[in-house]
Amino acid sequence: MSDQAISDAETSLARTPPKGFALAWYRLKKSLATPTPYMMLFGIILWLGTYYLLTEGWKVPRFEKIPGPLEVMTEFFSFDPIWGTSLFTEDFRINVYVSVRRIVIAFSLATGLGVPLGLFMGWSRIFKDYAFPILETLRPIPILAWVPLAIIMFSGFETPILFLATLASFFVTTLNTMLGVESIDESYFRAAGCLGSKKHHVFWHVVVPGAMPFIFTGLQISIGVAWFSLVAAEMISGDYGLGYMIMDSYMVNKYVSMVMAMISLGFVGWATSAMVRWGGNQMMQWRVKALALEGR
Amino acid sequence: MATNKTSTRRKARKTGKANGHATDKQIAGKSKLELINVSKSYGEDWEREEVLVNLDLEIQPGKLTAVVGPSGCGKSALVNLIAGFEHPDSGQVLLDGKPVTGPGRDRMVVFQESALIPWQTAYQNVIFGPQLRGDMSAAQMKEEADKLFETVGLVEFKHKYPLQLSGGMQRRAELARALINQPKVMIMDEPFRGLDAMSRELMQEFFLRIFEKNRRTNIFVTSEIEEAIFLADRLVVLSNKPTRVRSVIDIDLERPRTFEMLSSAKAYEYKREAMEILHEEALKNFKSSGSQSDFVEAFSARNE
Repeated sequence: MSDQAISDAETSLARTPPKGFALAWYRLKKSLATPTPYMMLFGIILWLGTYYLLTEGWKVPRFEKIPGPLEVMTEFFSFDPIWGTSLFTEDFRINVYVSVRRIVIAFSLATGLGVPLGLFMGWSRIFKDYAFPILETLRPIPILAWVPLAIIMFSGFETPILFLATLASFFVTTLNTMLGVESIDESYFRAAGCLGSKKHHVFWHVVVPGAMPFIFTGLQISIGVAWFSLVAAEMISGDYGLGYMIMDSYMVNKYVSMVMAMISLGFVGWATSAMVRWGGNQMMQWRVKALALEGR
Repeated sequence: MATNKTSTRRKARKTGKANGHATDKQIAGKSKLELINVSKSYGEDWEREEVLVNLDLEIQPGKLTAVVGPSGCGKSALVNLIAGFEHPDSGQVLLDGKPVTGPGRDRMVVFQESALIPWQTAYQNVIFGPQLRGDMSAAQMKEEADKLFETVGLVEFKHKYPLQLSGGMQRRAELARALINQPKVMIMDEPFRGLDAMSRELMQEFFLRIFEKNRRTNIFVTSEIEEAIFLADRLVVLSNKPTRVRSVIDIDLERPRTFEMLSSAKAYEYKREAMEILHEEALKNFKSSGSQSDFVEAFSARNE
């Protein structure tokens, strides 16, 4: 093989994008060459170190009652937990499962209702005139103010909680979707008009994809809001769920379990956000590729 | 309809003779666009701004009509009316004698800043029109699109998204998107604005080759006089607001055009003529706004 052929082979190799494991490995190597992972590691150590010193190390007044990181972690991964709850006990898994299930239902409902509503409000002047004032009046009412009403309106434990979590994220999704439609550049509508689109063409080819970036920004906020209102609702009127676990552990002085529930919320919430982000990137490859060109 | 066509043809023969390079055959069957007594104003009732007042303009069939005017005159309004995005307050916009009622495939606009749809690949953008209307078979659509990508030199970039393309490539893709629809009239709204000088020249030449091949009726709005002279058969100079047609200059340069023609005495004369009118109009803008009268005086003193 001549040199020319070798270099050709090399360039063609470099030009075909790697897939699956090779791609992950390439990404990992690339990110290890940047300061990002080391800074992250440093940040985590700093945070955990401070937490440890305040609680377990120096036992600073007012902090000594808080379970320290070592205690929580030992308990978390213990097969025989002192306080009765760990990663391997049934009740913990049930609590996580119940909360996640509620979030999935509430978030799906909110998205399924909010996105179409927002699209129509952004697209049709008349529809907006009807719906917007009501939305804008209901939206500022804090979700906690809805709790009594939710308990009166719905029976049992489950439906009021679902209602509260759905309501909060529904408002966020609707508003963001509507703003998304309004943000679409007029020239795309004009171009579509020139090319002879009918109204429904414009809706599916311009309005929906054009609002996507805003919709997914909205969905990321909305899933956070859904968690927030879910936990609030679970704390007040729950039966199972991570919010319930926090309140319940607090009532019976199981502070370690309480912190475990908090940490779990953090991780599960982060995972759901990441999934929404991933979904958005899958649906907006045009945007991902453009941002990649700008080095983002 | 038939009488209309013959009258167009007769007219074409006359003007064709005057210009010496647009032959009858090239003009036959091409569309004519007319603005008759068109007025358009914008704004609230108490601060109405008359942008176009009783404007008459004829875009002759098979010719490239360039429209230049002082900045802020109603060039964009003109485009919007012809494209059908907006409607005149009074008067008529006629395409082959039929009034324009809204945007349509017979009048394709190439927009100022690229209006390629960013969530469609270049290819999807190009086939967007025929696909929506369903007036081409899939095979025909693919063939036409492939041919156009060849013409605009974007074959390798077919499946890229617009944001992955350079400015010049975006304009070419947009040209392809317009051309696949076989419009009767092409409306170019400062299409090369924002490109760097090099890409701009390349785009002008490239655009000329396409025009000289198919001789589609063309209206080319620009703010660059050189560009206008290089491309156009007729140069329409608009006045300051309220906009009227200030002057029409027939550009009698041979086709195919080359950049060398721009340095000919003839081209220079056209440029001087147009510049003079534009200066006059631009100065009116200063005067009518009331301020800067010192500057206007100084300028006219220098010109004397």
